[in-house]
Amino acid sequence: MKSAVLVFPGINRERDMARALKLASGNETSMVWHAETALPKGTDLVVVPGGFSYGDYLRCGAIAARAPVMDAVRDFAASGGLVLGVCNGFQILCESGLLPGVLMRNAGLKFVCRDVHMRVERSDTPFTRGYNAGQVIRVPVAHGEGNYEADEETLKRLEGDGRVLYRYCSADGVVDEASNFNGAAHSIAGIVNERGNVLGMMPHPENHVEEIMGCTDGRGLFAGLVQQFEKAA
Amino acid sequence: MKARVTVTLKSGILDPQGKAIEGALKSLGVDGVASVRQGKVFDIELAATDKAKAEAALKAAADKLLANTVIENYRVEVLS
Repeated sequence: MKSAVLVFPGINRERDMARALKLASGNETSMVWHAETALPKGTDLVVVPGGFSYGDYLRCGAIAARAPVMDAVRDFAASGGLVLGVCNGFQILCESGLLPGVLMRNAGLKFVCRDVHMRVERSDTPFTRGYNAGQVIRVPVAHGEGNYEADEETLKRLEGDGRVLYRYCSADGVVDEASNFNGAAHSIAGIVNERGNVLGMMPHPENHVEEIMGCTDGRGLFAGLVQQFEKAA
Repeated sequence: MKARVTVTLKSGILDPQGKAIEGALKSLGVDGVASVRQGKVFDIELAATDKAKAEAALKAAADKLLANTVIENYRVEVLS
């Protein structure tokens, strides 16, 4: 699997992401500067990492979403390429129109930095095939604006089409108000676009991939992506 | 030419920052505050001298970047 990680000023999780991708795939990851107008040839997966692009000025992800490289990402997604956005990357994908909805200020107003649990809603997608449907995984979050909101009709469509891939839950997999720490609509942690090739999620699976991190629950996402391309090859 | 773009949250969109400010005003003893919604103001200087052109440019700026029209409304004013 050949992956490309986008780099914007103010991003800070790009090396964690590149490390997790290399661990899973064995290949070096290309780092792609925001001013580029094309992606490296043969890219299988584009990752928009987390951080604070442009200092979160204006709205989180708003300025990065208009960077030159995003036109290339839009073309890549339109041709069926896989795109993964994590945290600020999710915000950037929403702002760029690749995903519906918006990430609002956490309902409790606080920046939340801790481990949370999320339930894998289905396993038949490139982004979840490394897990079983209903599996509960522990992943870190670190954000102040992760409260996913969309209009009623969009939410209905997301649910109806099975496009909510990850949902916040308790340690034993119950989706309830107490585990929905940022107030997201329907406890949404991660969604895909209509075609199913663009995923945005707030938690950081790339930070739970090695024993030394204390948890390896995030590995499944990357292992699943790698499998996807092994199968295709 | 001076202009102002005002961006506000659409009604019905939860505004936790506005709520916090509302609470702070109440605790300061400011009377009669029913509710607070927080927004943004952009003061923009334009090279254009034609009002219609200026308004079109400001509208483009708001649609493309200044507002997220999923959750926000905007108002464009040419001031002078």
